Order: sequence, then structure tokens, then C-alpha cells
Amino acid sequence: MRPFDYQRADSRDHAGQLTAGEHAQAIAGGTNLLDLMKLQVETPQTLVDINRLGHREIEDRDDGGMWIGALATNTETAVHPRVRSDYPVLARAILAGATQQLRNRATTGGNLCQRTRCYYFTNIDQPCNKREPGSGCGAIEGIAKLHAVLGASSQCIATYPGDMAVAMSALDAQVEIAGADGGTRTVPVRDFHRLPGDTPWKDNVLEPGDLITGVTLPPPVKGRQLYRKVRERSSYAFALCSVAAIVAMDGDTIARADLAFGGLAHKPWHDPEVGQVLIGQKPGADLFNRAADVLLRDARGYGENDFKIPLARRTLAAVLAEATGVEL
Amino acid sequence: MSAHLKQDAPVTDNRLDDMKQGVLGTATSRVEGLLKVTGTAPYAAEYPIDGCAEGVLVTSTIAKGEVTAIDEDSVLSMPGVIAVIDHPSLTARPAQGTAGEAPAQPARKVGYFGQPVAVVVAESFEQARDAAKQLKVTYRADDDVAFDPEAVDAEAQDGATSQGDLAHAMKEASASVDVTYRTEGHSSAAMEPHAAIAQWDGDTLTVHASLQMLNYNISELADSLGLDEGKVRLIARYVGGGFGSKLGISEETVAASVAAMRLDRPVRVVMSRQQVLQCIMRRSETRQRFRLAAGADGKLTGFGHEARVSNLPGESFAEPVLQSSHFLYAGENRELSMEVARIHRMTAGSVRAPGEAVGMPALECAMDMLAEELALDPVELRLRNIPEKHPASGLPFSSHKLAECLQQGAEAFGWDSGPRTPRHTREGEWWIGTGMASAARVHNVGEAKARVTLKADGTALVETDMTDIGTGTYTILAQLVGEMLGLPIDDVLVELGDTRHPRGPGSGGSWGAASIGSAAYLACKALRETLAERAGMTETDLALRDGGVVGGASLEELLNGETLVEEGHYEPGDVTDDYTAAGYGAFFARVRVNRFTGETRMEHMLGAFGFGRVLNTRTARSQCIGGMTWSIGAALTEAMLFDPVDGHLANCDLAEYHVPVNRDVPDLDVLFVEERDGVASPIQAKGIGELGMCGGAGAIANAIYNACGARVLDFPMTPDRVLAAMPD
Ligand SMILES: Cc1cc2nc3c(=O)[nH]c(=O)nc-3n(C[C@H](O)[C@H](O)[C@H](O)COP(=O)(O)OP(=O)(O)OC[C@H]3O[C@@H](n4cnc5c(N)ncnc54)[C@H](O)[C@@H]3O)c2cc1C
Ligand code: SF4
Repeated sequence: MRPFDYQRADSRDHAGQLTAGEHAQAIAGGTNLLDLMKLQVETPQTLVDINRLGHREIEDRDDGGMWIGALATNTETAVHPRVRSDYPVLARAILAGATQQLRNRATTGGNLCQRTRCYYFTNIDQPCNKREPGSGCGAIEGIAKLHAVLGASSQCIATYPGDMAVAMSALDAQVEIAGADGGTRTVPVRDFHRLPGDTPWKDNVLEPGDLITGVTLPPPVKGRQLYRKVRERSSYAFALCSVAAIVAMDGDTIARADLAFGGLAHKPWHDPEVGQVLIGQKPGADLFNRAADVLLRDARGYGENDFKIPLARRTLAAVLAEATGVEL
Repeated sequence: MSAHLKQDAPVTDNRLDDMKQGVLGTATSRVEGLLKVTGTAPYAAEYPIDGCAEGVLVTSTIAKGEVTAIDEDSVLSMPGVIAVIDHPSLTARPAQGTAGEAPAQPARKVGYFGQPVAVVVAESFEQARDAAKQLKVTYRADDDVAFDPEAVDAEAQDGATSQGDLAHAMKEASASVDVTYRTEGHSSAAMEPHAAIAQWDGDTLTVHASLQMLNYNISELADSLGLDEGKVRLIARYVGGGFGSKLGISEETVAASVAAMRLDRPVRVVMSRQQVLQCIMRRSETRQRFRLAAGADGKLTGFGHEARVSNLPGESFAEPVLQSSHFLYAGENRELSMEVARIHRMTAGSVRAPGEAVGMPALECAMDMLAEELALDPVELRLRNIPEKHPASGLPFSSHKLAECLQQGAEAFGWDSGPRTPRHTREGEWWIGTGMASAARVHNVGEAKARVTLKADGTALVETDMTDIGTGTYTILAQLVGEMLGLPIDDVLVELGDTRHPRGPGSGGSWGAASIGSAAYLACKALRETLAERAGMTETDLALRDGGVVGGASLEELLNGETLVEEGHYEPGDVTDDYTAAGYGAFFARVRVNRFTGETRMEHMLGAFGFGRVLNTRTARSQCIGGMTWSIGAALTEAMLFDPVDGHLANCDLAEYHVPVNRDVPDLDVLFVEERDGVASPIQAKGIGELGMCGGAGAIANAIYNACGARVLDFPMTPDRVLAAMPD
């Protein structure tokens, strides 16, 4: 850990000014940032504590949707009665992540911005284009079990490790961002995280001085909401593959299929064409396989993570079977 | 006065059974439990010591070569930095268990990635940690460094068995199995990181450290520093788990000591979690080939177990995976051999039941395959192959409860001995299956001394440098001494973990309780002789309870203002050459395997164990369920992942090195099969802790097969591996 200044922001503008500096970083729950600072992966010169800014509310919106403040804790969100009844996929995704102690500290904004768990990223004695642009990618020739099979680049094959954002992507939630210039903008969660391309150090669309103020959930939709996370132990492990699904039936055909995938890419993976394969069709093994074909049409493994390709197919089938009530 | 016994013959008088206090063998809670749960039991790094400077280890970024330069100036001007210590006494590796001498020096010679090469000392921990990362170290790196244990030639180990003609037996067999299993490396993953505070007063060195075997550690440290042992005092009153990784001293203890001596001020060095995983002992990965041949009667005619393990060049330790294979099952044609590949991963050494923890599960999977070939109940297959005597040496067994454990365990678990076809039960997405395995672990004892003082007020004090690494040593010693002297345990004070006390055996190899318990027993017996004389009776007639002779004088009256002191000295003797002594048991597991994702979840596990006298049913059960939990880790989750390019350990924290979490562990049932083993120790007790891990992962693997038909040949059986082996 490097020595750093600690500043507590008392207003949104103040926070924007403080975090606009080149070596400044916001701290919310600290569950990701502090670990990375101890490892010297993150070396901010100024830590801007945003915990006094408010933004902790979880509220109904006039259109029937909901607002989840950036500083609401993961626990508060997951146990909120309306989240549980109207957005169960979100509650389930959050509860599938980390541990109770971590969720009590972790916040909406921090969770969206959590960084990859790539072993090479978190070890400063190793090459990593995300941490140190141009140093190379240790994972491509190394231990790539956690890594991406979709949307990776020759620069970086890391995954976005989180669960909450995968559910938010299926729900088509919107992230509200306050810019350093005082303006606000809204970005769909589906566009919030980036693919690594040639700039793997940029995880998401935030610019210096930007602060997430909260996330809007659209009005609830009909259908079954499931979150399935495949992992090496039954708790306290990141997803090898996860599926967030909102699936509605109309008689014996599928009327709605909003799907997003975790553990497969540098971002929660949402591919509208997968849903299109399913809509209007009768559920069954063949159909689920065709959906998986579309999902995985450009999938590529790096040896150690090859298994994720069949795993994603099988997990998708399991989730769709459960959501539509068919036996496979 | 002292009471010495070198055990050349079994001790079968079972004297403890005659005692009247009734505290031994009960479910007594840990006497130090309250201190621990209230955070008032100090661990090594927690002693408040005035003026203590903080040291942080600097670790290598190459796997093999040499440090050519350390640029102290690169950090000396940083705030708070006091010194960069780069001294020939700094150690490069941890000491192997019971080494009793300095481990490899100097630290400048690098043998694995992440090896400590220097220590930076500063006023605050944060300053030292920052400077340790900034320090400029130049290396000369060797090329051609071997990391892959399967890609190099290996050295054959001594001690191979070759008896009869195994190849022929395989050819003639009614049923046979020839299969190769692989297991990945394990980290001990103790909760408390390795830590030490050293203080040098110009003449003697006092070190608070987190260590398992002070009796050996004191020699290792003194030798590392070139000091006389008499000038070193080690203190380890509470240890937050060791699991083998604290058997020998490791780099932080030497580094703190060197720094304290050079700077003339107390220095604390605590390893980070990453350093713990990268620098301390690993369990070697293994490759194990089994050849099992059986006749139609289900009796083994041939038994082959050939293993490859790895270690750094120059290390004598080789993961002893054959240990139980030598005697567990019959079969007159035998081939057992081991080879060691020399590679540049961190030192391989003792980690949680070295040998059997990975050897037994693989063997028990091969046995499961053989049972299937024979269409025989796997429990029955084991029962038919329990040898009368050691199959190679011909030595008798000291005691042997495998059959009882198998039978009573099967009964308690509700084992179905009928035909076993995979995929017999499905609940929704989950296949449900059962599996079983035998447990076996060689029994060890070590030389031990303990001083027992019976004070004039009729209370007792027990002193030894033995450690309690969370296992319950404080408690069982209080119980044993209370039982012998007729005292409630509140009247027995136990002081451990200080080399000023008589030498204990140290905690390791599950030998602690039997060894130190025997030393305390001998001391108490001598005290009882004196008390009996004063009471005018023979020792055998002396019945003591609640602080006095039953129906007679109190201890205080007998002592009459005097304090009695006895030192018990127990030494293993010839009896170990005349018998094969081991603990035995059986595991039964029920698992569910997801037919889509290959995830395995434990439903239930039962272990039945026979390990001599049970000194405390609560701590013994805790040892067993701890071992069974490690079995779950070995079966399903634990693997050290090494980078193929530079050999570093990739998953070096507890988020990514997956030990089982609460949710992975179902209700665990433990059944004790009581026995008295007079060969094992004068108190008829054997080792417990590690037995719970010796085979359990095999029961789980066999249950996975029975559930879903996936015969996975690699441990741990992570979802990717189960899916790859799962039939359509
Ligand atoms: C051992 C472990 C296991 C875990 N397992 C899982 C898991 O299984 N699934 C899962 O999803 N997560 C998991 N997590 C991650 C956890 O969810 C995140 O650490 C947590 O959500 C981060 O939130 P925080 O408030 O603590 O963020 P912080 O650590 O405070 O911040 C993280 C990042 O977000 C930025 N940031 C925070 N708030 C804002 C804001 N309002 N605007 C802009 N930037 C902001 C910070 O600058 C920083 O870069 C795990 C974490 C640990 C340590
Ligand atoms: S995968 Fe990405 S994060 Fe990991 S080492 Fe490569 S560049 Fe770094």
C-alpha cells in the first residue's frame, strides 16, 4: 500500500472535484479497493470517501420502477421487500455473491465497478495489460480458468467477476452518472462495462470525476426470474458461469426471454439475438441448444477455460428448463 | 525427581481406567476457549512490545538464480524506513518438520518464485510494506528452470517393496484394475499467518512465534543464527492452526531475529496471506498408479502403488503417499515405489496428514473400481482383504479396528450393500449417490517431557514446551492430570509453549496427545507413589477424587505444606519395531451431482474411527470433523495453481485457494470405536487429527461416481472435471 491522502466529500460537486484529479479515487464500502491497494494494484494518491453523500435510498419510481442508490449496501438491496417480490433475479444474484459480511459493506456503485479477479491483474510481479498497459497479458499463456470465452481480445481475456450487474443487465437497468462538470447522464447497464479491445485498462465508461449516483430498474415485467451461478464451492466463490433470466410464457410458447450471462466475458454478456431465438417458440432441448449456438457462435477458449463453452450451454439449458417448466 | 519410561513393551495395565475423578474421556470444553473467543489469548504477533519495529519480507520475482544486488538506497530515504536486512543468516526455505537444524541459507540463492530474499524494517508496518515493494533487487536468473513435475526425470526413493510377481498376478486375476490418479498441491491454509516478534537483549534472544514444535524449532533457529540454544527462548502459547506449515521454523522467524540482533531493537515480521501461500510448505502434487489384482473370491492377489511426487532440489521430504498402502490390504504380489521430481515450486513438506491425505483417497477409488469389477459390495471387498499381519514385514498389528469401523459405520450410515449402479437416484437436476472408503494413518510418538507440580494447597501445575495449535492440548492435559491426581480440572493449571519448560514432543503427525499425555501420566504416577506412601497404602490401592483420598485425607493434609515436583519423561522404545501401529476408520458419504453443471454438493458424511483411548470426546470429535472437512476440500475444491511460464503460485489468497466454506460442509457424524492400544503409548491413546482426512476424499469421489457415473481421475473434482468425465 502506498501512502495516500484521505478526503471526505460532503457534496456531489465536492466529490466530483476531488475525484477529477488524476490520482484520486472514490471509496465506498472499500471491499474491493482496499484489497487492491494493499496489493499495490491500485495506488491512488487521494481517497475520496463518498459515504456521506447520501445516495443510499432504495425507492419506488413513479413509473412503477425502482431507484437503488449508489451507496445502498448489497444487503439492503437484496432484502428490500419490493426487490424481492418484483425483481427476484436481482436479490438472488446479490445473495449468490461474496459473503454476508462483504455484502453488508459492498455498495451498488462499488459492485458495478469491482475489478477483475484475474490472478495476474492482482499480482504486481506479473505482466498485465489492464494494470500496466503494454506489459503483456500473463493469463493468455498462464492460468486462465477464470477467463473469458466471449468478447476477449489479444490484449486481455479477463472477466467481469460480479453477479449483481448480470441481473441488472437482464433487467435492462440504467446507471445514473454524475459528471465532474455537474451534469448527469444515464447509461444502460448493458453498455456500462466495456470489452477489453486495445484498451483493457478501461473496465467501463466512467471518466475521471464521474460518480455513479444510482441505478434505475424499469417497471417490473411478468415472468419467472432466475439467477443460476455455477461455482467451485457453494458459497464465497466467483462464477465460472452464471445466467440471469427473466422468462415469461404465453400458453405453451415463450413470450419473453431476457437473458444475461456472467463469468464469460469482460462484461455481463447480453446478446438480444439469444432471446429472439426463443421468443414465440415451444421450449425444449433443441430450442435451448439453438439459443446456445447463437450465444456461443463466436466463443473461444484459452485451454484452461475451454470447459466454459459447454458449461454455458448446459447452464443455459438448465435455467431455461426450470423457467419454462419442461423436463430435459 | 523424574520418572522415565522408554517403551520397549506394550503397556496394557490401562491404569487410567482405574482412576476415580471421572474427567478423562468426557466432553470437556476447551479450557482456554473463553480467552480465544473474547480475543484475549495473545497470538504471536499480538504481544505489545515497546519500541517494536516492523519488518516486511521482500520476495523474489524469479524462480531460480541469485540476487546480484540489492539497492538499499532505493528505499532508505523513504519515510520511516530503518534498514534493509540482507544477511547470510536469512533463510531461503522453511525447515522440514523435526529437522532440528537450519534450513537452506542464504536467502540470496533463489530456488522458487516468491522466495524471501531480504527484509525491510521500518517504524510502521505500512511504511515497511511499501518499501519492501519499492526495493530494487537485481537478479541473475537461470534459464531452463523445471516447473512441471511430469516433464522431468525423477529420482527413485529408497524403501520400495517388490514382492512376488505383480505382472503375473494381474494377468491371472479374475478382476483387475490398472488406473492412474492425480492430485494437485495443497496449502496448509492455517488461519493465523506466520508471524514472529524477536527481542535481543545483547545476550539472549526471545522470540514470540507461531510454531508447532518448539523442541525442534529452538535448534533450527539457534543453528540459523549461529547462537547457542541456551541463548534462545521461544514462546508460542497460542497458535492459530499450523496444519504442518509450522512444524519447522520459516523465514519470518529468522528474519525477525536477524533484524532484532542487528538493529538492537524488537522487530516483528508477519507474512501477508500471499506470502504464506507462496513461501511456506506446499503438499506436493502426486501422480499415482494402482494395479490391483483379485481372485473371484474378492481376495487381493496383487497390489501395486507407484507414485511420483516433487520437491525442490536438496529437500529430503517426499510426500509419503504409500504410507498406508504398505500394510492396509493383503495381496502377496506387491510393488510399491516412489520417485521424486526436482522442480522449482516452493518447498514441499508436511501438510495435513502428509501422505495418506492424498494416497488413501486415490487407493480407495481404485478399490471402488475393483469392487465394481468383482460386482462386490465395496465394504465387503475391504473386509475380505484385511491382512492378519503386515503383508510385507510380517509384523503383528498393535490393534486393528478397521473391520469394526466398516461394519459399525455402514450400519450407522444406513449403507445399502446391494448392487451399485450409477444414476440410481435422481431428484430434479441432481443425481444422488453414496460412496465409502477405509481410513488408515500410521501412528507415531515422540520423546516428551512434562513437569507436574503438586502444590501444598492441593492444586497442580503442568509445564512443558508442548504447543496447543487449536487441537485441545491444554484441555486434555488438565483432564489427564486431574484424573490421575483426583482433581477437578479447574485445579490443574497447564502452561505450554515456552522453551523454558521441559521439552515436549511438539504438535505434528497427530502424535502430540499420546506423547505428551504419556509424559504427564508418568509424572503423575510418580506423584501418586509418594502420595500413596504418605497415605499408608500402595499406589494401586490409592483412589483419589476431588482433592483427596476417597474416604480419607485430603491432598493438602497429605502434602502437609510441601510441594511435590515430578518430571515425566517418555521415550518411544523397541515396541515400535515389534508392531505395526496405526489408527483405522471408515468413511461413508452421500453427495448430489448436478447433471447440467457438474457441481457436487455434500449431503452427508459419516466417519467411524478406532484410535485408542479417547481422552476427550468433544475435542476428539472436533479433530475428526476437521479432518473430514479437509477431506471435502481435497475431494472437491483445493488446488494450488502454478503458472506454467515462471512457476509462481497464481491463486495465493483464501478467496481463490478454495478451502471448504460452511455451506460446503453438511452434518458430519462421528462414531468412536473404542479400543485400548498398549503399543501405541502408555496411556493407550493413538493419533487422531489426521486420520479424519486419510481416505475421506475417496469416499466422496466414489459417491460422485455412484451418483452420476463420472469416474474422475483427478483430485479435486471441480465441475469442469466432473463434466468432462460425465457420460451423456
Ligand atoms: C473475497 C471476496 C469475494 C467476493 N465475491 C463476490 C462474488 O461472488 N460476486 C460478486 O459480485 N462480488 C463479489 N465480491 C466483490 C464485492 O461484491 C465487491 O468488492 C463490492 O461489491 C465492491 O463494493 P464496495 O462498495 O466495497 O466498493 P469499493 O471497494 O469501495 O470500490 C470499488 C471500486 O468502485 C469505485 N466506486 C465505488 N463507488 C462508486 C461510485 N458511486 N461511483 C463511481 N465509482 C465508485 C471505487 O472507486 C473503486 O474503484 C467479492 C469480494 C471479495 C473481497
Ligand atoms: S487477462 Fe487482462 S487482466 Fe488478466 S493478465 Fe491479461 S491483461 Fe491482465
